[in-house]
Amino acid sequence: MKKISLLQLKPGKKAKVVEIIGGKVLENRLMGMGIYFGRDISKLGHFVLRGPVAIKVGRTTIALGHDMAKRIMVEE
Amino acid sequence: MINKIFLLGNPNVGKSVVFSRLTGVRAMSSNYPGTTVEITKGFLVIGQNKVEVIDLPGTYSLEPTSKAEEVAVSILFDTPKDQMVIINILDSTNLERNLYLTLQLIEEGYPVVVCLNMCDETVHRGITLDSDKLESILGVPVISTCAVTGVGVKKLIQRIEEAKVNIRPKTNYQERWKEIGLIIEQAQRLTHRHHTFREILEDLSIKPFTGVLMGLGVVYASFKIVRFVGEYLINNVCDPVFNNIYQPMIERMSVILGQESFLHHILVGDLINGKIDFKQSMGLLTTAPYIEFAMVLPYVFSFYIILSILEDVGYLPRLAILLDNILHKLGLHGYAIIPVLLGFGCNIPGILSTRILESKRERFIASTLISIGVPCVALQAMIFALLGKYSGFYVAGVYLVLFVVWIVLGAILNFVLKGYSPELLIEIPPYRFPPVYVLFQKIYFRIKGFVVEAVPIVLFGVLLVNIMLYFKIFDFVSGIFSPLISGLFGLPKETIIALLIGFVRKDVAAGMLMPLGLTVKQMFIAATLLAVSFPCIATFVILLKELGLKDLIKATFLMLITGLVVGVVLNFGILR
Repeated sequence: MKKISLLQLKPGKKAKVVEIIGGKVLENRLMGMGIYFGRDISKLGHFVLRGPVAIKVGRTTIALGHDMAKRIMVEE
Repeated sequence: MINKIFLLGNPNVGKSVVFSRLTGVRAMSSNYPGTTVEITKGFLVIGQNKVEVIDLPGTYSLEPTSKAEEVAVSILFDTPKDQMVIINILDSTNLERNLYLTLQLIEEGYPVVVCLNMCDETVHRGITLDSDKLESILGVPVISTCAVTGVGVKKLIQRIEEAKVNIRPKTNYQERWKEIGLIIEQAQRLTHRHHTFREILEDLSIKPFTGVLMGLGVVYASFKIVRFVGEYLINNVCDPVFNNIYQPMIERMSVILGQESFLHHILVGDLINGKIDFKQSMGLLTTAPYIEFAMVLPYVFSFYIILSILEDVGYLPRLAILLDNILHKLGLHGYAIIPVLLGFGCNIPGILSTRILESKRERFIASTLISIGVPCVALQAMIFALLGKYSGFYVAGVYLVLFVVWIVLGAILNFVLKGYSPELLIEIPPYRFPPVYVLFQKIYFRIKGFVVEAVPIVLFGVLLVNIMLYFKIFDFVSGIFSPLISGLFGLPKETIIALLIGFVRKDVAAGMLMPLGLTVKQMFIAATLLAVSFPCIATFVILLKELGLKDLIKATFLMLITGLVVGVVLNFGILR
């Protein structure tokens, strides 16, 4: 299984969160919202021109900025 | 003894609705994370005691990430644990994510009552919650409520005193999430069901292509409806009332007072061709009420209908996604659109709402851009009235200038200010359709707020203007500014008075342009200047409070420069 970023994940696909690059602060913030290691997420869409990425985590829909999505590594 | 009850929970779980139910104090609530940015207080009587209830901004955890969350968490830390109860409010449809904060609160030793709010929504989402089971697992009282309709609130009040501290071992987040998984397995059951139409719409609005289409549609329709409803009310309700009922009364008064008297000058103002002209007389009982009730209020009403619907349905965060990359160029991120939209109603709630942004830098950029480039609804209504009669083209022109100011100033600020713009990270709420009376209450609340706050200042503004006109103080002031105003902006020197009165209230200021007999070009420049120059004094007070003196001075400097540049460019750039 290959590790890819949320940006590279295709819309409509499911994946597991395996790594968050960007330090403890970001990690804490995402953890509070339910994006933690081992969590299954699915990608809903990705806006062009470095736009945000929308994902579904459990019952929550979350939008995250392009550069933040880049730092979330997932495995399909 | 308990003397404080805190309402704490994730953003957008309905804390403010529960608060209103408990205390009877109306707190603003909407369907997006971050409606509450300030602390609201009220009282609840439990048995013999009057206990203070405090509504806090939503937070995902006890580690704050924005100014609003910081406010919530710090006030919690400052209160002794044995004197408070936390009502931890959860979204029943999203138990898993909400439990994270709950576990954290229990681990930290806070006395907690858990309130499973929005329990009415679980049914059609195929969720069954076992609140007794949850109560036995968590070891604190758990009550299901639906605060919008009031279900369960009584029971919640009865059980507040049962709140208890349940000592749990402290864990890290990985363990906490694991535990939540186990709790969920026991307390929540899901039944499979098909996607509803609403969910399909929810998904479409955050997919790139359909999302943009919907966004354009919503913005266009909103603007059209606001204008249509506003114009309709003016032409069919307000104008007839003023012209047919109010005018004869004032005319009689005018005769009794006698045209030359001081009182006539103050109350009725000048007669135009021997008659009272509501738009030009400038009296305390003529132009002042006309501006507020027949020119501005209809638009306040129509604007807040649309804004309230968009807020409560939950569309606004979706707009944030669409605008994220544009706002990034200005040093902000998509969620800054929420303060901006609120600012289009009134700059004050807009600037307060910048607390949902993460960094000080963002809050400075957003507050400055709002106070310079976002005209409040009162001023917009006046711009429609002043320029709309020539052509919609001029009205659009003002917005175009504001848009350019936004982009240029935002890009400059982003380039000059140290630091970087944080990334967007927001929860997108599901669409909700609140009962109509909830919507009406909200609109009523806002309109009442407008009338109570605006009318006294408007009356004061017009009074001030009239007294100064009577004693010819303006001649002196306009003489001083004459070279600047006519030389640089191409406006008659009297316009400076209107621009200065803009400091008191923008709608009165715009009203003062009406009797000046300006050309279209002059009117366009003057109206645009009112929009881009400094905001009214009430906004300044909030800016001072939110930004501090040093940043306020910086912002004021930017306001003056922007006004100057825009005035000069328009004067020499527009040929006709």
